[in-house]
Amino acid sequence: MIGGIMTVTELLDKLPLRALCLPDPDRDVTGGYTGDLLSWVMGSAQPGQAWVTIMSNVNVVAVATLCDVSCVILAQGVTLEPEVLKTAESKLVNVLTSPLPAFELCLTVGELIR
Amino acid sequence: MTAPLRFHYDIDGENFTSAGEASVKVKKSLRQLGFPQEVIRRVAIAMYEGEINMVIHAEGGWAEVTVYPDRIEIVLCDRGPGIKDVELAMQAGYSTAPEQIRSLGFGAGMGLPNMKANSDTMVIDTKIGVGTTITMTVNVG
Ligand SMILES: Nc1ncnc2c1ncn2[C@@H]1O[C@H](COP(=O)(O)OP(=O)(O)O)[C@@H](O)[C@H]1O
Ligand SMILES: [Mg+2]
Repeated sequence: MIGGIMTVTELLDKLPLRALCLPDPDRDVTGGYTGDLLSWVMGSAQPGQAWVTIMSNVNVVAVATLCDVSCVILAQGVTLEPEVLKTAESKLVNVLTSPLPAFELCLTVGELIR
Repeated sequence: MTAPLRFHYDIDGENFTSAGEASVKVKKSLRQLGFPQEVIRRVAIAMYEGEINMVIHAEGGWAEVTVYPDRIEIVLCDRGPGIKDVELAMQAGYSTAPEQIRSLGFGAGMGLPNMKANSDTMVIDTKIGVGTTITMTVNVG
């Protein structure tokens, strides 16, 4: 089926994504936001959205928690340090990574959940 | 009448890794207290931006969150350099953050505007060489 709300796990199954940590696999993905400047993300990302970024420091976890996004998707093969992943795990933040650049990544996610 | 619930946090100005921890704790506490999602979100975002500013621009300080029946009050206090031109600092995109801070995703100059947008009242009390105290309230309901 194309379109409609999916869980993070379903998204993982259908797209070239890999989970770096998945403490809350059944979260619904209600839409998406992309950006690397954290204040812009804070101002615009909505709860439940997938956040696509190439930012990889620990502050990403805090912003994801505060915005209550359903998952962080790191584009272009970006990953997080083990320490940061540990924090994400404890804060129940799902973190995925994809080899795709942000634009293509957004297109594929958008096609699935539209 | 019982005294209002109050949370106090010291904000470590040296530590970028723990920056935002106080806001995350506040978010959790407010959720446990049963506040509406949207109220929690506004408090968390406003406070996080303030907390980050204290780390980037003011070498840390403290934050106090007081829970009243009709509103949540956030006070952020630092002994940093103060803000020379508040009107300018409030403009979207204005930032004095150094390059190294920008590479971490901060310094977009949207912090103070985000704080304003996510609070119902915001007062900046600042003095050059003395410090800055920002008081925000977020109405409940
Ligand atoms: N607590 C503070 N102490 C001193 N200066 C501050 C403080 N908060 C903000 N400022 C000043 O106001 C400017 C704008 O702040 P803000 O909108 O949060 O943008 P940013 O933090 O991205 O630079 C900062 O670049 C800084 O010059
Ligand atoms: Mg700021």
